[in-house]
Amino acid sequence: MAIVADVPKDGFRLSMLIYDTRFRSITIQVVVLILFLLGVAWLVNNTVENLAAKDKDIAFGFLWNRAGYDIGQTLVPYTNDSSHIRAALVGLVNTLVLAFFGCIFATILGVFAGVLRLSNNWIVGRLMTVYVEIFRNIPLLLWIILVYVVLSETLPTTADFRQSAQLIADGLPPTVSMSFGGTVALTNQGLNVPAPFFARGLGQISLGGMTISLNTLLVFAVVIGSFLANRALRRNAAKVQEATGLRPVIWWKSLLILFAPIILVCIALGLSFDVPVFGRFNFAGGISIAHAFTAMLVALSLYTGAFIAEAVRSGIMAISRGQSEAAFALGLQPGRTMKLIILPQALRIIIPPLISQYLNLTKNTSLGIAVSYLDLRGTLGGITLNQTGRELECMLLMMLIYLIISLIISSLMNLFNSAVKLKER
Amino acid sequence: MSELHAQTVPFVRDSMLPQELPPASQRGAVKWVRENLFSGPMNTILTVLSLLVVFLILQSSLPWWLNSVWNANSLAECRAAVQAMAGEGATGACWAVIRERWHQFMFGFYPRGLYWRPVLAFALLFVALAPVLFGDNARKRMILLACVAVALVLALIGVGTDLAHVSFAIVAMAAILAVSHLAPARLIWATLLFPAVGFFLLWGGSVWGPIGVLMGFGVLVAVYRLLLPMLGVVMGTALGFLAACVWWLMIQTHVTTVLHNLMPWGLEAIDSDQFGGFLLAFTIGVTAIAASLPLGILLALGRRSDMFLIKTLSVGFIEFIRGVPLITMLFTASLLLQYFLPPQTNFDLILRVIILVTLFASAYIAEVVRGGLAALPRGQYEAADALGLDYWKAQRHIIMPQALKISIPGIVSSFIGLFKDTTLVAFVGLLDPLKGVTAIVRADINWKGIYWEPYIFVGTIFFLICFGMSRYSMYLEKKLKTDHR
Repeated sequence: MAIVADVPKDGFRLSMLIYDTRFRSITIQVVVLILFLLGVAWLVNNTVENLAAKDKDIAFGFLWNRAGYDIGQTLVPYTNDSSHIRAALVGLVNTLVLAFFGCIFATILGVFAGVLRLSNNWIVGRLMTVYVEIFRNIPLLLWIILVYVVLSETLPTTADFRQSAQLIADGLPPTVSMSFGGTVALTNQGLNVPAPFFARGLGQISLGGMTISLNTLLVFAVVIGSFLANRALRRNAAKVQEATGLRPVIWWKSLLILFAPIILVCIALGLSFDVPVFGRFNFAGGISIAHAFTAMLVALSLYTGAFIAEAVRSGIMAISRGQSEAAFALGLQPGRTMKLIILPQALRIIIPPLISQYLNLTKNTSLGIAVSYLDLRGTLGGITLNQTGRELECMLLMMLIYLIISLIISSLMNLFNSAVKLKER
Repeated sequence: MSELHAQTVPFVRDSMLPQELPPASQRGAVKWVRENLFSGPMNTILTVLSLLVVFLILQSSLPWWLNSVWNANSLAECRAAVQAMAGEGATGACWAVIRERWHQFMFGFYPRGLYWRPVLAFALLFVALAPVLFGDNARKRMILLACVAVALVLALIGVGTDLAHVSFAIVAMAAILAVSHLAPARLIWATLLFPAVGFFLLWGGSVWGPIGVLMGFGVLVAVYRLLLPMLGVVMGTALGFLAACVWWLMIQTHVTTVLHNLMPWGLEAIDSDQFGGFLLAFTIGVTAIAASLPLGILLALGRRSDMFLIKTLSVGFIEFIRGVPLITMLFTASLLLQYFLPPQTNFDLILRVIILVTLFASAYIAEVVRGGLAALPRGQYEAADALGLDYWKAQRHIIMPQALKISIPGIVSSFIGLFKDTTLVAFVGLLDPLKGVTAIVRADINWKGIYWEPYIFVGTIFFLICFGMSRYSMYLEKKLKTDHR
């Protein structure tokens, strides 16, 4: 029998590098690698030459020099004698605090607006549509600046709160008095609110340069403990319900577990409030929240809330109508249908876009530059950069930190996503 | 029989009564209100609350809108006019600031006599977009072009253009309309030539610069055509590109200099720092949008490629860009590019910003397109392979048309985001309409203390553009919807 021989093997020809699919991908990758390395070498070479021409080097030692500038909002101990790296840390904390509260408020707002937009109520639906469309189609920067300008130009100045000798002589009160029973003062500088503090302190512990109050730790521990206990209670109630068909009445136990311990702890520690008082020229005591922070928070929440509302709406619309019809057939109220049937299923669809909105919000905190909110970009990428003239180091460090924050947020949310994802078997 | 029948059936109705109307509460406006506004206690509360909100908003802002003042030279004059009109303590909008400064909001510090250039460029932008927007619908395209022509003439007269340029614009638009009517396929040339024409109109300078760049593309095509029969597509394209690069980098300057010396034609050159307002936003936005789409598609393909190196590079690029805020990219453009580029290169800040914004947007587009690619059933890829199509042909004819269709909403919302983000260029010292120009206006002693009016004006324009884009994407989505799910 004649066996058909294989096609005679040609010798390797150079053209096979391009026209033979077996070799082509290798050729392309080698060419790309060479081009990429050439590009990197070109950039590095340029950078070295430019640095040499400007008599600079790349060194991060400047981070430990004295910063010498003040930061308005410091949640980590900081004075202008602290180092640049400390200033960067303060900025980072400011960024994270803003992002944290922004995400919370935006989520609440977004879920409400998204659900209400689908409401049967005509006027509510229209109002929410107007809200979403207006905020989605106008730049965030406009909202930030507008809120800031309105806050700082329409509110009374600090001087308006002063009880001057003239006014006392006339028997008149100051032009503006504090609101909420004399506890909160809204000036064009910021919002002065009472500061909580504990009269009987438990002392502090020091953790690697940062001091943490034991009181705060205790409060946190009690709150978390209450939450866990409440969850156990509810789970127990659900178990009883499944076994007997009757759900035990637990709402008062739940309230007690949630609130009694924390109230007791607060009384035991002697919680009181340090109310801001107008001194000679300005308010003393209390917490002063600068308008830069308020404006950023309000604008970021409203803007991102509109996007989250869209994500929520599309997630809910993606759940088939049969689900809500089945729930109505079971006799569930619309509110319980939403809570028990629709939202848990819609959540799976909503979470991926929600992650990217959280990331966007976090990155958008860098717009604090518009209202001089000293976040990471304002300290490390702003004043430190300008003072030391080390653009390359500051920018690279800042990009790296933003990159790490983004990666952490996205991996945390991806974990959450895989936890609530539909488990298919 | 008939008698019997008459006795058993004493009465037979021979005509139907007219149908009764539903009860008053079950029809018309009353029914609608009951169903949509007061269907239950919860709904009633919501309705009342919403009405209250609407009422409060109207109560606080309506007088302000109604008492608008259009003619004044300063905020103080405005306020005086409002007081005179509506009585003591009344508030009113002072649109006079827009009336006096609209040209800065629109054009920044672009020379006043030359406004016809950006206006004409803007109109030509729509001409260039016409084949893309309404490629298959001749009627809609003609309507769009006619509207553009009319709007162009009105706008040119509005910005105070001299008669010569107005008549030039009329002739040009008439020619374009004629081409669109007689040979619609040729209109694509307007699209292809628009980048050079737009650049020439906006920045001015010698006419030979843009022509030289265009000739580079001519070189590319010529070399490709010449080599195609001998060396095939891949080598033809590569060598054509190489020849074009040689032209652009080495030969072009000499040729254009000689040509310029022989025929010194051109427009007055405008410096980049005279750009501002919406002119700047459009320049950056449109260029970056046009450039980021192809780049984003390439990146998405790279990310899905089987080739390890290409995939790694694409993923690294996309994730890096998406992990950092746009502001850091803009600061890279203004601060760091001077380190990365050869010494003594100092090119235009607007161009640097455009490059970085394009890179930024392309990473986001890449992710959107990747989603579209992933949503395609595997069978489509396999069918393309089974037909024996090579990679690029499969992408062009099978994969991309479907993947891009799926990604339209995402792509357009990326574009909207990009256009809104052009306001951030204020932080690297460019004069954007929102922060740059408004800051200048608010710093003027006459308009100190004004805040609602400029922001409302700028915000409205942004809203109209972005809202229009999102509506167009909905139209496109509907038009391209071919499945019957």
